[in-house]
Amino acid sequence: MGNSTPWLSLAIWIPIVFGGLILAAGRDRNAGVIRTVALTGSLLGLLVTIPLWTGFDATTAELQFVEKAAWIERLNAHYHLGVDGISVWFVLLTAFITVIVVLAGWEAIESRVAQYYAAFLILSGLMIGVFAAADGLLFYVFFEATLIPMYIIIGIWGGSNRVYAALKFFLYTLAGSLLMLVALVYLYTVSGGQFGIHDWHQAKIGMTPQILLFLAFLAAFAVKVPMWPVHTWLPDAHVEAPTGGSIVLAAIMLKLGAYGFLRFSLPIVPDASHQLAGFIIALSLIAVVYIGLVALVQADMKKLVAYSSIAHMGFVTLGFFIFEPVGMAGGIVQMISHGFVSGAMFFCIGVMYDRMHSRQIADYGGVVNTMPKFAAFFMLFAMANAGLPATSGFVGEFMVILGAVKYDFWIAAAAASTLVLGAAYSLWMYKRVVFGEVANENVAALTDVNAREFGILLLLAAAVLWMGVYPKPVTDLMDASVKQLIEHVQQSKLPTASAARLDR
Amino acid sequence: MSNMNLFAALPEIVLLVAACVILIADLFVPDERRNLTYALSMAALAAVAAVLWFFLDNRVLTYAFNGMYVADPMTTVLKLFSVLAVGFMLVYAQGYARDRGMWKGELFTLTLFALLGIMLMISANNLLVIYLGLELQALSLYALVALRRDDARASEAAMKYFVLGALASGFLLYGMSMLYGGSGTLDINELARRVATGQVASRLSLVLGVVFVIAGLAFKLGAVPFHMWVPDVYHGAPTPVTLLIGSAPKLAIFAVAYRILVEGLLPLAVDWQKMLIVLAVASLVLGNLTAIAQTNLKRMLAYSTIAQMGFMLLAMLSGVTKGDAAATAAAYSAAMFYVITYALTTLGTFGVILLLAREGFEAEEIADLKGLNRRSPWYAFVMLLLMFSLAGIPPTVGFYAKFVVLQALLVDGVTSAMVWLAVVAVVFSVIGAVYYLRVVKAMYFDEPAGEVATVPIVATTDMRVALSINGALVLVLGILPQYLLKLCADAVQRALGG
Repeated sequence: MGNSTPWLSLAIWIPIVFGGLILAAGRDRNAGVIRTVALTGSLLGLLVTIPLWTGFDATTAELQFVEKAAWIERLNAHYHLGVDGISVWFVLLTAFITVIVVLAGWEAIESRVAQYYAAFLILSGLMIGVFAAADGLLFYVFFEATLIPMYIIIGIWGGSNRVYAALKFFLYTLAGSLLMLVALVYLYTVSGGQFGIHDWHQAKIGMTPQILLFLAFLAAFAVKVPMWPVHTWLPDAHVEAPTGGSIVLAAIMLKLGAYGFLRFSLPIVPDASHQLAGFIIALSLIAVVYIGLVALVQADMKKLVAYSSIAHMGFVTLGFFIFEPVGMAGGIVQMISHGFVSGAMFFCIGVMYDRMHSRQIADYGGVVNTMPKFAAFFMLFAMANAGLPATSGFVGEFMVILGAVKYDFWIAAAAASTLVLGAAYSLWMYKRVVFGEVANENVAALTDVNAREFGILLLLAAAVLWMGVYPKPVTDLMDASVKQLIEHVQQSKLPTASAARLDR
Repeated sequence: MSNMNLFAALPEIVLLVAACVILIADLFVPDERRNLTYALSMAALAAVAAVLWFFLDNRVLTYAFNGMYVADPMTTVLKLFSVLAVGFMLVYAQGYARDRGMWKGELFTLTLFALLGIMLMISANNLLVIYLGLELQALSLYALVALRRDDARASEAAMKYFVLGALASGFLLYGMSMLYGGSGTLDINELARRVATGQVASRLSLVLGVVFVIAGLAFKLGAVPFHMWVPDVYHGAPTPVTLLIGSAPKLAIFAVAYRILVEGLLPLAVDWQKMLIVLAVASLVLGNLTAIAQTNLKRMLAYSTIAQMGFMLLAMLSGVTKGDAAATAAAYSAAMFYVITYALTTLGTFGVILLLAREGFEAEEIADLKGLNRRSPWYAFVMLLLMFSLAGIPPTVGFYAKFVVLQALLVDGVTSAMVWLAVVAVVFSVIGAVYYLRVVKAMYFDEPAGEVATVPIVATTDMRVALSINGALVLVLGILPQYLLKLCADAVQRALGG
């Protein structure tokens, strides 16, 4: 695989161009054509990411598939793309989930079909851009631009309280990211006018600015992750988003925040990260335990999964900030796994919602009697959500707990409570919805999944099981990059006394 | 320097001749053939733009009229965008003006004379010439606001604009007289030399002069606490005139502020920088907070203008007391970039309002935009881009405008006193996003309501094309901002003598 083919650019721009075409030419009367074109776009987008996987050299932590071109010379910003062993997975995940999302909205979306698919395709390209950007300004542009399609998606196709949810989502994330922008400008200045993220990794920064930078990054990424106590936009946005929106939100948007920690907070300001690790760990544990309890009492299925997402993402941040290689890798595996599992959970809820137009657990009961095939898949995903061994959910959680034990036994003990809580809320919901007698005539009238839905479920199930049974390919590919990240984190970036003397 | 050098003032000369020809020619044009005047005006603008385009390659600083007039890349760029803004304005005005009996010769000649005033202000290198340009511009605009004589609200707005504008001009003139009294010269270059070398009669009168000059400029710019006229005039004036007031004059005021404060009175920066801080912060706070409460789109945009000008002032004030030439150039080019992108975006937003307006219907409430996405997805998308650009969200050009301003503020790092200004700017950007998002919400999330929904959007082809270009520019310049950024940076570099 030479560097000759710009696979990353293709992965970014194919969905965006298809989205633009659909937006320009699509009308509701040719909805069928639009769906086909959207599917073609998303499949092509997935296709061009395959060389990223097959051609990836797992022995090096260097950026691969690098593309670099002048973009804004006046600011010394470049169109600089590249993936390492960590980001390549998110590029793949995004491209994969996009196909799922396009298929998920196949029948449910009937109004403004063109805009729906255009928004998702453009969003997909932008998110791949976030994961592939090696230039700080480019990263920020992609990172912020995702807000626009997502705002539109929640606002147009959401539920009854959609306007409130969309605005809350937008303002929360905007507030966070603008503070990050200030941090980026600061880094640009101290690094002598560089926007390269890897140049920033070499920058020497004093302790006070490090802490301020860390807090600015935290403001941006914590909102996106989301961490307790800035998580409140997520349940609102999820409940009101259409199925596709929920899948994208949970599977990928949340990863943008955690990915930001990996790219910015940890390697650029490691000393502040160490200093404030206790704080982040505390927030993570609150997310795991408290939000887990909150999930338990939800009456709305989507809210329940949304809260469980927050709890799972708490695990991710916990894994990052215990500074153990296994915990770090576990956090990343958990991110990927959560992409599949939460996507699948929201898709399952979407399948039921399309038929019953209710997300309330109380409206269901005995679904297994009318939808046996669906119930089997749903079971698998609920188990994965609870972190059952042999599903992808187990691998990441186990690795994080393993790392946490080395760090501090009690933290590990608190984190491990998620295995109980996760099982409780996932399986209790599953029991109330699926098992038992047929609750009412609406449930009795349900039809089982059709071929399209079956295919999607099968794909997701395969991914969940593959990562659960044989995660080695995933961890192998990211190994070198994680090692390098850990090195950066261990190394102090403070300007040393001798260096300061030399400066003078 | 002691020569006339008429060639440097060629753009103004072309415009003046064209405006006079149109003034006379229009007398012989019957009402139903008014398109001829329109075509002539557009041709005049095109000719001026062509001359300016030719000047754009000219990298030297040229003085004319014995140093009273200056032409350099910065003036050329600003004039080019002013001409562009006026051109867009005339295209957008067509339907609206025809429906309301404003499609008359006065509209064209007054607009062209206002443009002449703007160009004169941009190129003026002498306090009196600045004042002349300002008055030419202002008098034309007062008359334009009052063009609909039978409309009570427009007349009220014209009255208010005239009284407060005259007061502001008085401030400015008074300040200029004090500067003259303190330094003994009206020439900006000479003023700068005398202030720098301490050859001044009284520093106190200079400082007082600066206070009045800044008050006058802040009035024209609409910065808090001199903003009272802005919402009423924006609201009351016929929309095409609002568009004109909101776009090109801001470019001219930027040039004047740069000319007097930076080129003329840089040694007094400690005094005027503090004033600008107060103006900028007050504008950001009041503009953004009040805009949230508006239901009328034109009033909302008026308050948004106040806030945007606050942002621009932040860039202006960050250029001083650094001693670092590159940082100074970056700050003023940030301000210039900001004001240009602001003008470009404002054009589009008022263009959309004009597109939706019909006979007897102004389309100026935010509620009138409800369901625009259903009626016309393309123009809703254009408006969406413009709103996100004003809010400063990438990938629109407004993001880079905010970005370069923040960069200018933070150039000294976190220890600098400017950091809190950056934080204020950021916080109020978030608050500002609320009202821009409300417009997007109305267009995309709400269903069309009332009589608006049923009427199709009619517009001439050139209007549709211009509006589409306007929207596309906001996006394209947002994805590839390099050209415009470099244009501003080079221009300021040259103006600073680099």
